[in-house]
Amino acid sequence: MTLEIDVEKALGDFRLRARFSAGAGVTALFGHSGAGKSTLVNLIAGLERPDRGRIVAGGAVLFDDRRGIDVAPGRRRIGYIFQEGRLFPHLTVRQNLLYGRWFTRPADRYVTLAPVVDLLGLSSLLDRRPAALSGGEKQRVAIGRALLTSPRLLLMDEPLAALDQARRDEILPYVERLRDELRLPIVYVSHAIEEVTRLATTLVLIAGGTVAAAGPVDEITSRLDLQNLIGRYEAGTVIDGTVTAVDAAWHLAEVGFGGGRLLVPNLALPVGATVRVRIRARDIALALRPPEDVSILNVLPGRVVALGNADGGLIEVQVQAGTVLLVARITRKALDGLGIVPGQALYLMIKSITFDRHSLGQTMSG
Amino acid sequence: MFDYTPDEVTAILLSLRVALWGMAGSLPLALLTAWVLSRCRFPGKTLVDGVVYLPLILPPVVTGYLLLLLLGRHGLIGAWLDHRFGIVFAFRWTGAAVASAVMGFPLLVQAIRLSLDAVDRRLEDAARTLGANGAWVFVTVTLPLVLPGILTGCILAYAKSLGEFGATITFVSNIPGQTQTLPLAIYTFTQVPGGETGAMRLTLVSVALALGAMVASGPLSRLISRRVQGRDAGN
Repeated sequence: MTLEIDVEKALGDFRLRARFSAGAGVTALFGHSGAGKSTLVNLIAGLERPDRGRIVAGGAVLFDDRRGIDVAPGRRRIGYIFQEGRLFPHLTVRQNLLYGRWFTRPADRYVTLAPVVDLLGLSSLLDRRPAALSGGEKQRVAIGRALLTSPRLLLMDEPLAALDQARRDEILPYVERLRDELRLPIVYVSHAIEEVTRLATTLVLIAGGTVAAAGPVDEITSRLDLQNLIGRYEAGTVIDGTVTAVDAAWHLAEVGFGGGRLLVPNLALPVGATVRVRIRARDIALALRPPEDVSILNVLPGRVVALGNADGGLIEVQVQAGTVLLVARITRKALDGLGIVPGQALYLMIKSITFDRHSLGQTMSG
Repeated sequence: MFDYTPDEVTAILLSLRVALWGMAGSLPLALLTAWVLSRCRFPGKTLVDGVVYLPLILPPVVTGYLLLLLLGRHGLIGAWLDHRFGIVFAFRWTGAAVASAVMGFPLLVQAIRLSLDAVDRRLEDAARTLGANGAWVFVTVTLPLVLPGILTGCILAYAKSLGEFGATITFVSNIPGQTQTLPLAIYTFTQVPGGETGAMRLTLVSVALALGAMVASGPLSRLISRRVQGRDAGN
């Protein structure tokens, strides 16, 4: 299933022009508030109408102004999960879940109530009404309701933004299950980079109504020119690796990846599990010689590829470590003191404790 | 004191019938009008808005006279209805029901419209993405959510109808057993010597009916609101 978007829409002074395609897995639309992400999702769902362009999902043309095609939202077979859940207050959870199923042609149905209730852990909630649910429960019901329309694509518009951190941690594994177990293509809108890097296969950066960059998430996050768009504080690189060893005594796990091995806090994942690790640029320190007698456990050899633009006293350094590109963010004073230039060999130092559970996530196995 | 004469019982039952049919007859058009006024933008909306509320502002006698001009046996529409379908409103209880429908209409429209304005449109959008078309969205989401407004409107229209005097007497006159509703019967009693007890008896009924409607509407609207806002029973 691929989604091809090429649309234009003017909203007052704001102009949205987006062109990208999304394949399997999670495609994250990332950008600041007001960048046009929600409008873009509404265009895909059919709740808003593009001024011109084309939207094609899985070979089916949903919108094409030149051919006069504009499929009604209810016939697009797209599941939409809203930020605020939008459950029907006058219906029970069960009735909410089955609402869309009723409008789905029997031939198109690929899920039934029981497995969805199972997958999302809803069995104890079925007879309740939305007003009696917590924020996290509401969002799980909203996901179930969208799933039961047997969609070919899921749209999630900041589904975690209205929840606190504990509730987010409760929902995220369910989203991962949709991606990995149901293998549903998901378009995921967010302005939280940790959600994006944990979930996304493809990253589409939206800024000022246009697509600033689109591509595999590790490639986009390691690009120096995009660090500003991602947000300097949160900017970092995403790498996928495999758990190679678990050290129960020290509560550590070893993750092997293209750039070497990393010791990270124990994830309670078995050896062989694939994980995604996000390394923030600000958590990487650089050394010209292998450091001795330091507490930092992770030291990786690398070679400087490029320097970013200086921003005040800070600068980004892009380093090739094995097959992986990492970005380190250091002070200009340090850069100058060490005399770091492109092509130089050096060592990356990453503290193990900088990996918390938000920067580590289990990814597709197989 | 409480020996109601057959004529008085007839007036009471007629009043109830007229009020009920007036309310029921008004409801579909009121719902449509409220929806159009709440959801659509079109040129001349202000004018339509004004016309809808006209029965509320005009003296009831004027409304009754206009009804007579339009729907009377020789009226613009009345003559045609009589000729084509043999439907006559003039001097019939059905005419009284029409008068009460017209008088209650603005109250119904206003209550339903306020309720429609308060409906979260994003819920309707959600229903659309789940496969519902416009009509289904209305039936399965909008309508249940405006039910409290519909109930309020119905009670207002019903109460208005029980007290309706001017338009009824002007349009369909004061014929015992045909068009003589409670207020008209009470008025008639007050016009004849020795009619005080009769007037008092019917006044008591009037008070009881109005009070009954209000008292019954309380728990009913609470029940509906609770269902609509989705609190579990017992919460």
